[in-house]
Amino acid sequence: MSPILDVLGVISMVLGGVVFAVGAFGLLRLPDFYSRLSGVSIAAGLGTALLLLGLLLHFPTLENALKLGLALLIQLATAAVGGNAMARAGYLAGTPATPRTRYDDLAVGTTDGPKPAPDDSRGAD
Amino acid sequence: MTVIDIGLGAVVLAMIIATYRILRGPSSADRAAGADVIFFGFVGLVALLGLRLETELVIDIVLACTLVGFLAALSLARLIAGGKR
Repeated sequence: MSPILDVLGVISMVLGGVVFAVGAFGLLRLPDFYSRLSGVSIAAGLGTALLLLGLLLHFPTLENALKLGLALLIQLATAAVGGNAMARAGYLAGTPATPRTRYDDLAVGTTDGPKPAPDDSRGAD
Repeated sequence: MTVIDIGLGAVVLAMIIATYRILRGPSSADRAAGADVIFFGFVGLVALLGLRLETELVIDIVLACTLVGFLAALSLARLIAGGKR
């Protein structure tokens, strides 16, 4: 393997690990379930994509390119679908949103149309 | 101690934070989100370990894990909703 591809692969994989940590930090700090899911999606989409790219740059053969390309395609497609399904299931289960949420567009038809959140108590910003 | 260890440490930190979210999470949906992050972190750990140990065997494992991860996310979502669609 050529050393430049080797170095690029290592850099990509370390970046992927750091993106994973950033997504998990969002899981720790974001206020409610619906915004925490964005942290999960960052880790699943960008983090895993960078890790797979680094693996391909480190072992650059045609067979590995086929396998990792297929894995990347499946990962990018199903992470979005899985995150959407999880958010929908959380909404159906009645997971509370943060009080700073202003509109609940998914409440159309179940109550009296889109309504603002009960108390408009946003933060100071 | 190589550069890859930084990536390994970052992914392990992510999995520890997700474990905290599973233990602490106010709702079961939060716990499911933490479990999802732990699964993807496991896949990332396998990939990083393959680079660290210089073996190409992990590529097949990663491919199988991405195939199964979809089913994991969907069954977790089904578990949160309690059978409702």
